[in-house]
Amino acid sequence: MSVFIDKNTTVIVQGITGRDGSFHTRQMIEYGTRVVAGVTPGKGGQKFDDKVPIFNTVAEAAKETGANTSVIYVPPMYAADAMMEAADAGVTLVVAITEGVPVLDMTRVYPFVKERGARLLGPNCPGLISSGKSKVGIIPGRICTPGPVGVVSRSGTLTYEIVYQLTRAGIGQTTCVGIGGDPINGTNFIDCLTAFEQDPETKAVAMMGEIGGTDEQEAARFVQDHMTKPVVGFIAGQTAPPGRRMGHAGAIISGSAGTAAEKIQAFEDAGMGVARRPIDFVELIKARL
Amino acid sequence: MNIHEYQAKDILRGYGVPIPPGDVASTPQEAEQIARRIGRTVVVKAQVHAGGRGKAGGVKLAKTPEETREIAGRILGMQIKGLTVQKVLVTDAADIASEAYVGVILDRASKKPVFMVSPAGGIDIEEVAAKTPEKIMRMPIDTRYGLMPFQAMELGFFLYPDATKARAASKIMKQLYDAFMATGASLAEINPLVVTPNGDVMALDAKISVDDNELDRLPKIAALRDESAEEPSEVQARHANLTFIKLDGNVGCVVNGAGLAMATMDLVKFYGGEPANFLDIGGSSNPEKVVSALKIITADPNVKAILFNIFGGITRTDDVANGIVTATKQNPLKVPIVIRLTGTNEEIAVKILTENGFSAMTDMDEAVQRAVKLATGGQPA
Repeated sequence: MSVFIDKNTTVIVQGITGRDGSFHTRQMIEYGTRVVAGVTPGKGGQKFDDKVPIFNTVAEAAKETGANTSVIYVPPMYAADAMMEAADAGVTLVVAITEGVPVLDMTRVYPFVKERGARLLGPNCPGLISSGKSKVGIIPGRICTPGPVGVVSRSGTLTYEIVYQLTRAGIGQTTCVGIGGDPINGTNFIDCLTAFEQDPETKAVAMMGEIGGTDEQEAARFVQDHMTKPVVGFIAGQTAPPGRRMGHAGAIISGSAGTAAEKIQAFEDAGMGVARRPIDFVELIKARL
Repeated sequence: MNIHEYQAKDILRGYGVPIPPGDVASTPQEAEQIARRIGRTVVVKAQVHAGGRGKAGGVKLAKTPEETREIAGRILGMQIKGLTVQKVLVTDAADIASEAYVGVILDRASKKPVFMVSPAGGIDIEEVAAKTPEKIMRMPIDTRYGLMPFQAMELGFFLYPDATKARAASKIMKQLYDAFMATGASLAEINPLVVTPNGDVMALDAKISVDDNELDRLPKIAALRDESAEEPSEVQARHANLTFIKLDGNVGCVVNGAGLAMATMDLVKFYGGEPANFLDIGGSSNPEKVVSALKIITADPNVKAILFNIFGGITRTDDVANGIVTATKQNPLKVPIVIRLTGTNEEIAVKILTENGFSAMTDMDEAVQRAVKLATGGQPA
């Protein structure tokens, strides 16, 4: 098993003919993802790489192919509309890779998508991968291997680093989910922890948070109250100065809130394993499997 | 992006918020002229992106135009939290009967802008929230409907039991909300909102922070950026499309991805070093970005060792290797460099580096330890 996506996931790519969209569509297909349609307004009727049919709208693509998932690689100023278009077309999972989406746009997107019963992942996220089954987004497939660990993270390359170290140590993953680095995102840690708790094949969870907000603190309380599976956490940004946006729009210590110290404390209070260094995940997870 | 108080006030004035007259000056003479126009006691306020200006001596009353010139002369050029004051705001010193706080912030938990208002204004709102939370009203706003009149009235009455003042305040709430939305703000606050002895409600200080993601579609707001008020190396980095934050340590860090960049800095600290910076070269790297990154980092005299930590996904490690070779040919390095790279095109990258006399590591932990040792004068591991 896996969470959110598996062999049966059928994917529409919004922005399939763009630079990033086309590159990652090929990578997804190579990994085995069932990419069934692309959307680029004005290019409806054409085919991507002579294989994937392109439509003008997501509604049309969803109707013709029955796809249940959409992944978005459109520029930031159009991304909010793309997310709402996907949810309105009836797909149940919308994965927004785009970085730089204005946060105020997300205050409209979030309730719109929720009201239509879709799950939004991102924006500003690497997407997700269920090892050996399907990947939606940009996580490099070769670093993953099937196994018992669920991975959830706010970052991209840091996730790759830790997944790579787990794989090197012979510890595989059910699903790796990047929830993204923006202050308002569709799926949070608790959503992913809930899914991993319910997934029979996931035996332990590795969770990578960072400074800013309180998502990790709430996740820690959830682990304590609702999880039977062990969770190991890490927080990036212990050396970050307050008030500065550390690359990710959401990675900012506001006043005295959202520091690494308070998040690590919350993990400890919840009885979670705490990785001080990325490499610590290997031993901490091993000990809990 | 932060903008100055005088810029925030100009924006709010444009939306109708009552603000005492004032103008910005870069010289003592200009300050004197503004004071003469106002013709009353004025406040001279340092315009820097730092809190605690008053405590630092950057806010002073002046009774006459001559005194304004003298005080402006003292404040201009002053250092506040490492920032040089280049401009002062000279504004009418309104008489104050009471002070309140009004702010709109983008709240992550509710995923909405939230109004925060408190009759206990003029002081740090975080302190009020911690000590007397009952003195704060929080109201999340659904941006699909905007701030509704009844909501604005609720906020107004929370501040002032008197209906006239509550109405005046609710009008200001609406104006503040409109300004918040139009400037793509993540924070817009008036602190203090005052009532004058004759009952007028006015904004005496204003602060607006803009979501950087909005700047592409709001060129007029983007033009408010004051680069002279920023760290020069950060300005240079932004022009090269790099995300860079200067710190005080001795290990210069070049990393791809924000999370990995933070984790790398933390690991430098873990092993006894101090990171000199945060630097994310981003996803689709090209050699040119690496050249700019090295230029910025090597210009910092505190940097005693440079650490590259690259996990190639979208980023091609051979691009990074080519960038390192080009940059060091242009400007030979004076400090040791530790290069860790793994992932996309790793074999090509290692070949490029070895042929040019560099060595490459594959393990993040080992690379960080080595860089720290080199920076602190120890021998490489």
